[in-house]
Amino acid sequence: MPGILKIAYKLLVNDRAKFTALLIGITFAVFLMIAMTSLFAGVLKRGSATVINIGASVWVMDPAVQSVANSIPLPDYVLDEVRSLSGVKYAVPLYSGAALLKLRDGTYQAASIVGIDDTTLFGRPQLITGNLQDIFAENAFIAIKDSEFGKLGNPTVGTTFELNDHRGVVVGIAKVASSALFGIPTLYTTYTRAQQYIPNTRFTTSYILVEPKNPAYIPQIERQVQASGYLALTKDQFIDRVSKFYMYQTGIGINLLIMTITSFIIGLSISGQTFYSFVIENLEKFGALKAIGAKGRVLVLIILFQASLVAATGYGAGIGLYSLTLWLARLYLPDYAAMITWVNLLLAFVMVVIIAVVSSYFGVRKVLKIEPFEIFRG
Amino acid sequence: MVEMAVRANGLNKWFGEGDAKTHAVKDASIEARFGEMIYVVGPSGSGKTTMLSMISGILRPNSGTVEIEGTKIWTLTEDELAEFRLHKIGFVFQDYHLFPKLTTAENVAIPLILQSQDWNHAIAEAEHDLDVVGLKGRAGLPPVKLSGGEQQRVAIARAIVSRPDILILDEPTASLDGDTGRTIISFVRKNILNDKRCIIVVTHDSRIFEYADRILKMEDGRVTAAEKGNFHEE
Repeated sequence: MPGILKIAYKLLVNDRAKFTALLIGITFAVFLMIAMTSLFAGVLKRGSATVINIGASVWVMDPAVQSVANSIPLPDYVLDEVRSLSGVKYAVPLYSGAALLKLRDGTYQAASIVGIDDTTLFGRPQLITGNLQDIFAENAFIAIKDSEFGKLGNPTVGTTFELNDHRGVVVGIAKVASSALFGIPTLYTTYTRAQQYIPNTRFTTSYILVEPKNPAYIPQIERQVQASGYLALTKDQFIDRVSKFYMYQTGIGINLLIMTITSFIIGLSISGQTFYSFVIENLEKFGALKAIGAKGRVLVLIILFQASLVAATGYGAGIGLYSLTLWLARLYLPDYAAMITWVNLLLAFVMVVIIAVVSSYFGVRKVLKIEPFEIFRG
Repeated sequence: MVEMAVRANGLNKWFGEGDAKTHAVKDASIEARFGEMIYVVGPSGSGKTTMLSMISGILRPNSGTVEIEGTKIWTLTEDELAEFRLHKIGFVFQDYHLFPKLTTAENVAIPLILQSQDWNHAIAEAEHDLDVVGLKGRAGLPPVKLSGGEQQRVAIARAIVSRPDILILDEPTASLDGDTGRTIISFVRKNILNDKRCIIVVTHDSRIFEYADRILKMEDGRVTAAEKGNFHEE
């Protein structure tokens, strides 16, 4: 490390009270920012859990659909129409609904029911135990082992339950990429059985899952579906649509945004003020350095290095503290819907950089303005 | 012939404009040679600090020239001037301006560190100069653990660590009691001044006049008299 940076480091770290206050300010701000944004990311991911887990390339739906859970049943002819489109390799129906289960111990538990195409089993989960063929057996269901699995009474293969006066049997345990948002367990079965067991409206197809012959056909498929009055979205477009719904139409996004901005302002105030007073306290010494022969850019380097050091340390501490909190929270709340993503980390980093830049800006201005002559005048 | 260290001619400095204009230094000229310790004395507001600032390259005069070892310093750019001060001029400030959160040695090493010298070398030089000013064994202490006289010695060590040709002392005894002040100046006279160095002291402490080679008196911004000092080698 160049000597001048070593001096900057010692000036900062040896002033323990201020260094601690600066670190606490930034750590606290990062903790809150990452907590808010990761909670939001968790909500968004779980809101699109079905889209992620099924994994179809293109989803056809009613144009009014805003989120996966609120599907609007499609008439049967839509499936035939989609199958007839040029560029479509195959298209299958998907049922997505909810039901109330009566478990073996007599308790009732709400559950998401996903009915996958009987012929292809397209969108099936990855089995951990059991045999996939058994899904065609009488009353067969596959239980998803996610964070809500325990709410089914930790079933094993052979466990029975009641669903709308029908007997249900768990024939397999499977895993999926993402747990659902609403805190209820998920069961997979065939499309036909889902239709039979759960009370339905006139039309029963929630979504049509499309596999194009080639990804290049997707825009063409989207246009053709739109022409018939429906909506076709790629997996990413659907996830984006669901995200926008939660972000702009549920209040979750705006509330979390307010909290994130608040934590940013708190962090900025604490560290900005502390850092500024740190510079002011050393202002005469900086003036003396200038008189001795330190160039303006050397003094700027000292301040920027100190601000960067505090920001980087506080950033790391904030992320570490939140990771620890998240880990502890998941020990007691397995379905705690928060996840740290690269976007969260980048966003918090950008905010910390802004805090560091703003905090050091006023200090730099002050230091550059000080005249060494003032030091002589005392 | 003794070489000229500092030659300042016709220095003028005023602050403000119009009715608020204050003429701090008026047509002041001084010369200082190597091996010489000269004092600039006068009452508060007489312009001695302003003149010292112009001579040392930290306050641009409105008119006049300053030559240090033949270099007209006010023709240099800001960066060149900073570099010039770093290598040629050592400063001892009235309030010392030592960093309380650095050790004594680190404070002394700052000019060398600003010259981008190796950290270990700079600290070693600083420790050597602390020995020179009589502070052996205090290198690891923070300045706040030292007395006023000792802090003044640290400031002197910092001023000489880069081996400058010109040393500027601003009211070096203002914060010290009479005995300590005399001890410090006597020390500077005997140990810091040499044939290749010139020391300029701004003071109004008459108790230390006896250590000067020459005394320049200032009043109302003008150099009014130049007297030969009464220092005699013992």
